[in-house]
Amino acid sequence: MQLTNRSVQVVNKKMTFMERIYLPAIFKGMATTLRHFFMRPATVRYPEVKREFAPVYRGWHVLKRDEQGRENCTACGLCAVACPAEAITMVAEERQKGEEHLYREEKYAATYEINMLRCIFCGLCEEACPKEAIFLTDRIVPADYARNGFIFGKDMLVEGTTPDKRVDVSVRQKHVQEKKWAAEGVKS
Amino acid sequence: MSIALLFTFAVVFEKMALISVLFLVTLGVAAYSTYGERKIAAFMQDRIGPDRAGPWGILQPIADGVKMFTKEDFMPRDAERWLYILAPGAFIFVACMTSAVIPWGTRLTAFGGSIDLQVTDINIGILYIMGFVSLGVYGIMIGGWASNNKYSLYGAIRASSQMISYELAMGLALISVVMISGSLSLRDIAEQQTGFGWNILYQPLGFIIFFTCALAECNRAPFDLAECETELIGGYHTEYSSMKLGFFLFAEYINMFISCAVVSTLYFGGYNFPGLDPNWLGGFMGPIVLFAKVFFFIFVFMWIRWTLPRFRYDQLMHLGWKSLIPLSILNMVLTGGGILLFGSH
Repeated sequence: MQLTNRSVQVVNKKMTFMERIYLPAIFKGMATTLRHFFMRPATVRYPEVKREFAPVYRGWHVLKRDEQGRENCTACGLCAVACPAEAITMVAEERQKGEEHLYREEKYAATYEINMLRCIFCGLCEEACPKEAIFLTDRIVPADYARNGFIFGKDMLVEGTTPDKRVDVSVRQKHVQEKKWAAEGVKS
Repeated sequence: MSIALLFTFAVVFEKMALISVLFLVTLGVAAYSTYGERKIAAFMQDRIGPDRAGPWGILQPIADGVKMFTKEDFMPRDAERWLYILAPGAFIFVACMTSAVIPWGTRLTAFGGSIDLQVTDINIGILYIMGFVSLGVYGIMIGGWASNNKYSLYGAIRASSQMISYELAMGLALISVVMISGSLSLRDIAEQQTGFGWNILYQPLGFIIFFTCALAECNRAPFDLAECETELIGGYHTEYSSMKLGFFLFAEYINMFISCAVVSTLYFGGYNFPGLDPNWLGGFMGPIVLFAKVFFFIFVFMWIRWTLPRFRYDQLMHLGWKSLIPLSILNMVLTGGGILLFGSH
C-alpha cells in the first residue's frame, strides 16, 4: 500500500562521468548557498523584537476583575475539574463583611495556583469558567531555574486594579464566547 | 663594536620585529576567522549569527577566548599525561611556523629604511611548507592517542590516513608548479607572476587538485573526518577542554589562513595584481593585495564548508588514491609536454 506518492525506488545505478567528477554538483550547491548568503535572515531578535502572535494565542493566564476592581473568581473549581493536566488548585473562602469591594460574590479563592510546568495551555479552563474569570493571554511564561518558580499564585495571575495594570482579553473573550455558543448550537 | 656586528644586530632586530608582527597578524586573522566562519555560516543559513558582544558581535572572538581560558582544564584519569599536554602545543607551534617563508610583499620602505617582507627566503620554501604541514598530523596523532579514548584515537587515525593520502597528490600538483617556475623558492614563484601571468592560467587542473588537498590537509569540510562531530563526538580533541581545546581549534584556523596564503602565492600571483605595483604606498600595496586574495580564499573555504556534506570514509580514500593522484600525474605529464613545446617561465 502506498500512503503518499512521494516514495522513491532505490536505484544503485552507476554514476555518469559528470557525476563522478563531483565539480558540477559542487558548483550548483555553492550557487545555492551564495544565493542564501544575500537573502534576508529569518531571525527575530527576540528580547528586543517580539514576533506577532495570533489573536487567539494561549499563554500566561490572567484572573480577571470586574469594572469595579473586584475579583470575578468564585472558586467554584470548574476550571480545576476541566483541566486535563490537573495544573490548577485552589482553596475557597467565604467573603467577610467589609470585603465587598474585593470580591464580586460571596465566595472567593483564597489561594489559586497554576503549575505552569503541568499546564498544556489548552484553554479548557476558560471554556469551563461560568464567571468569565480566567483567560489565557498572549504573554509568554518566563523561564526560571527552579521548579518552584513555575507554580504561579494569585500574585502572578490576578490582574491589577489600576487601568494600566489591567490585561486586555477582549479578543480572547470573544473567541471563547463563540466557542461556547458553538457548543450550545447558538448562532453568533 | 664593529660595523659587521652592528649590522647583524640590525638584521636580527628587523627579523624579530617582522616575526612578531606576523605572529600577531596570524593570530588576529585566525581569531577573526572564527567570527567570520560563524557569520558566514549564519548568512548562508538565513540567520544573523553572533551579534551580542559589541556592535555586530565584533568582540565575539575575545569573549570566546575568555571563555576558553576560564573553563575547567580537565584531564582524563588514564591519559598519557605529558603527551596529552604536549599535543596541542605541538599542533599550534607547527601551524605558526609555516608563515615564515611566505613572501607577504616586496619591500617596505618608510622613514628612510626598508624591510624585507619575508621572514626568510630559503631556496626550498615549498619543501619547508610541505614538511611542516606534514608535521601537523603529529599534534593530532599524539593528542588522539594520549587521550585514551576510542573516539579520539579513531579521529587521529582518520586524520593521519587522510593526510598521507592527500599529501601525495598535493606534492605531485606542486611539482608541476615547480616545473614551470624552475624554483622551489616562494619568492621566485611570486616574482614570476607579475601582471596577469598567474600560474592558475597554466595550471588549472593543478590548482583544483591542490585546493582539494588543501581542504583535506586543513581537516575542513567536506574532508573533516578527523573531527566528524556526528560520528566521533569531536574526534581527536574529544577529551580536551579549556585552552588546550582552544589551541587545537585555533591551530586549525591558522592552518586555513596559511593554506590560503600558499594557494594565493602559488597560483594567484601572490602580491601581484595587474595595474597595482606591489611597491606602491611604501611597499604596503603588496601585503594589501595578498591579504585581499587570502581573505577571498578563506571565504571560499568557509563557503565550501557550509555547502558540502562530509565525504564517507571510503569515498575520501577513493578520491585521494584513485582520482587525485592519477590526475596529478597526468597534470605533471601535460606540464612537461607544455614546457617542451612552449618553454617555461
